[in-house]
Amino acid sequence: MHEMSLAVAVVDQVETAARSRGAVGVSSIELDVGELAGVVADALAFCFELACADTVVEGAELITRTVPGTARCEPCAEVWAVGMPPCLLCPGCGAAADGLVSGRELQIREVRWADPEAAREDHRQPITEES
Amino acid sequence: MCRAVDLQRAVLAKNEAAAQILRTELTARGTTVVNLLSSPGSGKTALLERELRLAGERGVAAAALTADLATENDARRLARSGAPVKQVLTDGLCHLEADMVARHLHDWLPESTRLLFVENVGNLVCPAGYDLGESLRVVLASVTEGEDKPLKYPTAFGLAQLVIVTKTDMAEAAEFDEAAFRAHVEQVNPGVEVLLSSVRDGRGAGALLDRALAAAGGNRVHTPVMARAGA
Repeated sequence: MHEMSLAVAVVDQVETAARSRGAVGVSSIELDVGELAGVVADALAFCFELACADTVVEGAELITRTVPGTARCEPCAEVWAVGMPPCLLCPGCGAAADGLVSGRELQIREVRWADPEAAREDHRQPITEES
Repeated sequence: MCRAVDLQRAVLAKNEAAAQILRTELTARGTTVVNLLSSPGSGKTALLERELRLAGERGVAAAALTADLATENDARRLARSGAPVKQVLTDGLCHLEADMVARHLHDWLPESTRLLFVENVGNLVCPAGYDLGESLRVVLASVTEGEDKPLKYPTAFGLAQLVIVTKTDMAEAAEFDEAAFRAHVEQVNPGVEVLLSSVRDGRGAGALLDRALAAAGGNRVHTPVMARAGA
């Protein structure tokens, strides 16, 4: 199950970021997962629960956002939803797509720190990343 | 009580960084990595055994790293070719990662090695997302597996730089529809080369070795659509 390796990678990256920011907890992590990334969201959620035990990430909510696969044909200037299984041939001219526009993402989109101290500091001095 | 920080980091960034370092180091010493992916039983080991033997006959220094969850059977088989071979036991892990490959090369791979074949764990799902520092990624499918394998495992087939159909001596018995298979490959990976091979009757002998040497020689290899960012 490669989702365990991915879950460990997510926890590692967020832990590193937490250490550098002095955060004491994480309330949620939002992931972008492309339709063509070959990741099963349920399996990832299960592995995440195990991977975050005894870390600063423990208790955080994992939110997975599926990004649909889209491809582009340059001559036709067409962008289409490739579907699953994907069709990477242009529906207009039948030529090979120039490339994927989306669908292979595997990214941490956003982390919400659960940190009262940080929130107080934010109140005095707004931080640009704040949402 | 919370603040949000946009990290926008690729989850696999660590593996990709390790793979890039490995590729740079090995390329600098003249070693090219070929990553072989397929489902279990599709004939990776048999094909590799033949290609390693041919490499030996042609005086090409080739080696193989073969990965399985258990047993050293494949390493024993491949070693009969005379090439340096090492077994990786993954302890249950379903795929190889770049740092695992790098660890195993340490103190083992002869400096003179021109081609390093990495036989991934038999699995068409998990290995697909992991760059192992290869310069050529090959996906195999045997004629008994069904023509729709490329559609069922689009990421594995979609990221291949070469597709090899194995066990073609059994194509008729398996009622393998070559045209349908090729059409399915084309749908997920337009333009990729599909080679036909049989270890039993010798079909396609040396073809993998030739493509690997071409990649090692700096010849341009196929870039799958799935690996290209949209224009």
